[in-house]
Amino acid sequence: MASITLEGLKKTYSGDVHAVKGIDLQIEDGEFVVLVGPSGCGKSTLLRMVAGLETITEGTLKIGDRVVNKLEPAERDIAMVFQNYALYPHMTVYNNLAYGLKNRGFKKDDIDKRVRLAAKMLEIEDFLERKPRKLSGGQRQRVAMGRALVREPSAFLFDEPLSNLDAKLRVQMRVEIKQLQRRLKTTSLYVTHDQLEAMTLGDRLVVLNAGQIEQVGTPMEIYARPATMFVAEFIGSPAMNMLPLEYLGTQNSSVLEHLPEGTDTLGIRPDDMHLTAPDTPHLAIDATLMLFEAAGAESHLYVNLADSEQPTVIRTAGQPAVREGETLRFYVTRDALHPFNSTTRKRTDG
Amino acid sequence: MVENRPWANFFAHLTLMIGVAVVVFPVYVALVASTQAPGDLLRGTLPMLPGAHGIENFTRMWQSGVSNAGAPPAGMMLWNSFVMAMAITIGKLSISLLSAFAIVYFRFRFRMFFFWLIFITLMLPVEVRIIPTFQVVADLNMLNSFAGLSIPLIASATATFLFRQFFMTIPEEMLEAARVDGAGPLKFFKDILMPLSVTNIAALFVIMFIYGWNQYLWPLLITTDPDYYTVVMGIQRMTSEENPQWHLIMAAVVMAALPPVLVILFMQRLFVKGLTETEK
Repeated sequence: MASITLEGLKKTYSGDVHAVKGIDLQIEDGEFVVLVGPSGCGKSTLLRMVAGLETITEGTLKIGDRVVNKLEPAERDIAMVFQNYALYPHMTVYNNLAYGLKNRGFKKDDIDKRVRLAAKMLEIEDFLERKPRKLSGGQRQRVAMGRALVREPSAFLFDEPLSNLDAKLRVQMRVEIKQLQRRLKTTSLYVTHDQLEAMTLGDRLVVLNAGQIEQVGTPMEIYARPATMFVAEFIGSPAMNMLPLEYLGTQNSSVLEHLPEGTDTLGIRPDDMHLTAPDTPHLAIDATLMLFEAAGAESHLYVNLADSEQPTVIRTAGQPAVREGETLRFYVTRDALHPFNSTTRKRTDG
Repeated sequence: MVENRPWANFFAHLTLMIGVAVVVFPVYVALVASTQAPGDLLRGTLPMLPGAHGIENFTRMWQSGVSNAGAPPAGMMLWNSFVMAMAITIGKLSISLLSAFAIVYFRFRFRMFFFWLIFITLMLPVEVRIIPTFQVVADLNMLNSFAGLSIPLIASATATFLFRQFFMTIPEEMLEAARVDGAGPLKFFKDILMPLSVTNIAALFVIMFIYGWNQYLWPLLITTDPDYYTVVMGIQRMTSEENPQWHLIMAAVVMAALPPVLVILFMQRLFVKGLTETEK
């Protein structure tokens, strides 16, 4: 168990490509931190730098109190779960789990004890003598996890471990990873591009964009108060609507004049747009319904704001009685507004 | 094909049978010829049924050879061929495995240059470079030795290239997982790469063994001592005599053909797997 400290971590590839542009981050002992961002944002590179699979161009990386910049992956006391699992195809599950321990000179009976314990924890005891190709995707995933946890490392690194699973299995494994991490209390760094996975797994999220941190915080903090327009649009599904002020009309001036200085765009979550007027101060927005999508418990309304082509999504519970093509009026309470400046792309209310 | 078309089936089988007959016939003739008495093969018509002198011919060829034609006993020539073919095969495999490993997994200066250097030698078969090679081997006093027979033929661009291509299909994460698991380069090579390459190694083993076994020009050039004659060149020496003793030559031919056949039989399962399967 150990904390992980990243100080000004940079990765530059030849040809002046800056994949990671200076990351400062402190991961506490036992914490589950999720790195999330779109593809190409540098999250995998960052994880691989922590693992020791990519060199560090600049900055300091500490695991516990040790600076590990120059150490081989094996010397860093970390374990990694790969996206495609990277199981050794010619070894049985047992040997896949035992290989790392053998290389570290563990005694035979100690290896056996650890492997069986890990196998029991992950419910793969029945497959120990099988080869990986005889296993299903979910079972392989468990073996990959097992290989990480037999060593009882000071940190787990996960590189999109669930993205090769089907949707149902993904949810199940997500829950199991969370429970396992709670039980073992091992510091974990988890990379994903799936914002739902990020929200549900992490104690804290780190939202990355173009090699830089956009925001760090608990999932709910980030959801409730996104610091930048990028975070606002990335976290939450369907994505937050970004409405330029000039489309909101004069009927809303009483609310709009109270906005912080510099605000020119309002972020509104699809769930915060209602068809009935609330009692508190609110915006009223006219829009034409372009498409109605019923999804069972909820419905999605795709509308264009009046007098503009600004596409906007609204999510409501149940199935409201609306017709495509009709003009509707939506209401948004004042505290559901996220004020942004579109030039700095930052939140304007601090 | 799932349709039931008797005529198509018939012709397919007929074609196959003709093909097999064409391939098998010469082998049969060789077998038959090796059992005839000395004069039988010179009468004008080739006998089509086995004669009664098989054991006699084989024993004579195995034990004493045809010394007036410059062919030592076949037993010794077979042993020489075997040593040479094995040395070439094992040498080729180990060197090409290691060089492919270096080229794929290590980032060193001029890596691509070395790769192309190896690759270009593919265009220069033994026969093209045989004179300079002979000169080198002669200067190193390796004429009439197993080292001289095998070492110059060991370098193999083909095998290096094939192993390189195979290694490149192994996902990068395999190496990374091994690194996280504490395996150094040689351990990775021994524990992961070698077991994964087993089928490829078996396939190349067969090909290389036959290549080494069938070497003719090179042994002919560098051996003058009958103790180092290989069986393929020995056969050739016997045929270039004034009155070739075909019954003995054919006995030698049959014996010379056996080892490659045995190698294929033993390695067949792995060999076919190596050529067809791409399991990762």
